[in-house]
Amino acid sequence: MTVNAAPPAVRTLLAAEDLRVSFVGTEVVRGISLSVAPGECVAIVGESGSGKSVTARSLLGLAGPGSVVRAGAFRIAGRDALGFGPGDWRRLRGRFAGLVLQDALVSLDPLRTVGAEIGEVLAVHDAVPRARRTERTLELLASVGVPDPAARARQYPHQLSGGLRQRVLIASAIAAEPELIIADEPTTALDVTVQAQILRLLAERKAGGTALLLISHDLAVVASIADRVLVMKDGRTVEEGPTGQVLSAPEHPYTRSLLAAVPSAASRGTRLSTAPPLVGAAARTAGESPAVGGGPRTAAELPPAGGGVRVAGEPPPVGRAVSRAWPVLAGVGLSKSYGARTVVDEVSFVLHEGETLGIVGESGSGKTTLARLALGLLEPDAGRVSLHRRPWSGVPERGRRPLRPRIQLISQNPLDSFHPRHTVGRLIAEPLSLSVSASLSASLSASASASRSLSRGERRDRVLDLLARVGLGPEVAGRHPRELSGGQRQRVAIARALGPRPDVLVCDEPVSALDVSIQAQVLDLLAEIQAEYGTAMLFISHDLGVVHHVSDRVLVMKDGQVVEEGDVEQVFTRPRHAYARALVAAVPRLPRARDVNVT
Amino acid sequence: MRIFVPATFLVLLALAVAAPGLITGVDPLAADPLRALAPPGADHWFGSDHLGRDVLSRVVYGARHSLTIGVTATVLAVTAGVLLGLAAGLSPKWLDETLARSFDVLSTLPELLLALLVIAITGPGTVNVIVAIAVAQIPNYARVIRAQTFVVRHAAYVEQAVTFGRSRLAITAGHVLPNVLGPIPVLATIGLGTAVIAASGLSFLGMGPQPPAAEWGAMLSEARNYLRVAWWEALFPGIAITLTVVCLTVVGRRLQRRFEGRTP
Repeated sequence: MTVNAAPPAVRTLLAAEDLRVSFVGTEVVRGISLSVAPGECVAIVGESGSGKSVTARSLLGLAGPGSVVRAGAFRIAGRDALGFGPGDWRRLRGRFAGLVLQDALVSLDPLRTVGAEIGEVLAVHDAVPRARRTERTLELLASVGVPDPAARARQYPHQLSGGLRQRVLIASAIAAEPELIIADEPTTALDVTVQAQILRLLAERKAGGTALLLISHDLAVVASIADRVLVMKDGRTVEEGPTGQVLSAPEHPYTRSLLAAVPSAASRGTRLSTAPPLVGAAARTAGESPAVGGGPRTAAELPPAGGGVRVAGEPPPVGRAVSRAWPVLAGVGLSKSYGARTVVDEVSFVLHEGETLGIVGESGSGKTTLARLALGLLEPDAGRVSLHRRPWSGVPERGRRPLRPRIQLISQNPLDSFHPRHTVGRLIAEPLSLSVSASLSASLSASASASRSLSRGERRDRVLDLLARVGLGPEVAGRHPRELSGGQRQRVAIARALGPRPDVLVCDEPVSALDVSIQAQVLDLLAEIQAEYGTAMLFISHDLGVVHHVSDRVLVMKDGQVVEEGDVEQVFTRPRHAYARALVAAVPRLPRARDVNVT
Repeated sequence: MRIFVPATFLVLLALAVAAPGLITGVDPLAADPLRALAPPGADHWFGSDHLGRDVLSRVVYGARHSLTIGVTATVLAVTAGVLLGLAAGLSPKWLDETLARSFDVLSTLPELLLALLVIAITGPGTVNVIVAIAVAQIPNYARVIRAQTFVVRHAAYVEQAVTFGRSRLAITAGHVLPNVLGPIPVLATIGLGTAVIAASGLSFLGMGPQPPAAEWGAMLSEARNYLRVAWWEALFPGIAITLTVVCLTVVGRRLQRRFEGRTP
């Protein structure tokens, strides 16, 4: 998609000046000015809580109950929108402006076929005569690239994939042929190849003269389609200008930190966030030498990890960095089927000590099932898993228990993985009560210190140490995870996983639910931890940029099979398999984003 | 607030159970045949019964009998229901199916009928009434807990506990059990009302506490012979039963609305 300069604004579809939206006294949008012309794509970029969605919604009179919208000037389609009543807004929506939301599953009525959904828009706006409605519905579905529209129109939203649902949503948004499409995170929930298709679809609409207001947290997505960008933070515009200029030569420090926080090939081995590493805290926890700042893999001088437990009689591997000599976790020929569906098909992998193995793939590729097999939460139908060269699959749970603390999970939604009523302190303490006391020595010759249970006081100290290690204060221990932000919750999850001093961390989409700057902090934290403890990581993500940033080696999965495997640079720069090539090609990229230096 | 009136009544009821002497100074068993069937007045606010006992005092002391039976039966039913429901939810399929189908069969029978069946086997008496009501109510709780268990046992935090290497028992007690109990307080409050009705009903039929014990159902049963001459003897225990059940239900529903959607 080429980004041309915005066509000369013959007519402004929408212009708001000093737009302010407040909810019960709290102002969430504090003076935004923007205008959209036909055939132009304006993007509003910001992190959660920046007020970007509220801005978009109030432009359609959908700010919600309890909201007060004020503006210096607010013109829509040549009319003054300040005095609009509910009826005026209703006539405007659909006909003049279509709205595309992020989650198509909740935006579509589950009890109606998608054909009926689109037909309703046509009926409400009397876009076409009744007799032609079905025909027009199918035309619309075809125009957004839904294959076999006649069959799809009779299906319900849950029968469609995420990408198809998003297309249906776009089809219903454009059904009444609006002049403006407002798309709020239209591709956030989608796989990268599907995202590329949806972006292409939106770009086609734009080329056809439709104006596009795009709301996104993803700078790369914006880069590929928007003509102008508005960067929002705390309800204000911090920077505004042509896309190329804002993304390659940002003026505001916030824009710069936002750009620097995007993980990618170029960011390998560097810190993403601008916050300093947690050196002091690290030293306290480790009780050993202080954490190594800088790159995560300059690990030659690393101290031996506290949790390094080795099988008696076998030689300890030399060096704590990526030691290819010692496979901590390995799977051979793993298969898992549910009914007739094979979710994981003959997958083999090896995770060496201190190494990060990235697993990428789109939804449904079997990544998470593979993680569950690796964690011993699922038994493979065929193949076997070994942990520390000992059988990990095919053993009774009782036999696995002593080794359980060695391999820990960090999941995408930490809140789901927390007991709903426990405080942070109690959550982190839970694995501690077992990790040290559990009879590790029964199967592994543990170090002398690791064979007694912790006293209450020791456990409390350890919890505070762990909290400090992940950059949280001791006061957090008494709080409930619900009171914490998404990033803080993920830190708590990491602290909990670190408690038993695992050799392997299985990270299943650990940063996918986080804002880019928070994601940067969490990725930095994981890198610090790996550098400090030499923990091996199985890092699962759909985000190729993230995987490129963290991994030493990469496994690309598709339909349950590994289609490509190799060193991270090789996979990302010279992918051999066609699918891997398509995947890498579909990643939206920032223009020269790496020229940006964060100071 | 609409909740205020029923809540106040329930507090008063609790007082009657704990210390009936504080509400009335009259002995509920003191008969005075000379003042039998006296209408409500200054001496006897609720009148006197066919043996000349003070109806107010009997109603107040009767709360102890009726509520003790109700509460004990509810506690028993909740305990057994939670354990059975949890067991069913965590069992292999065949055992779960067996338990679930037996809950279903028990639920098809009206509670009072089921309780009568138990009494028919065990014979009358306060303890037997408690057991009978409890047995009749077990399926209500067991079914809900079984359904909750299905949800909770697949929750991410339960799985996470497995990765810590915790034992099955520890996970069940520490993670599953506390998180399936959510609906119980509300259900039990409403169930308590039903249990009080059942208790009164069974006493009315002469299955519960035996005379001269002041129990609301038993009082009604005795009073029905004098209904034409002394309406007050039947009316006040009847009002006590009705108010108790209505208030419990109102408070229970109120709690239900309050906590609705707040699942663990």
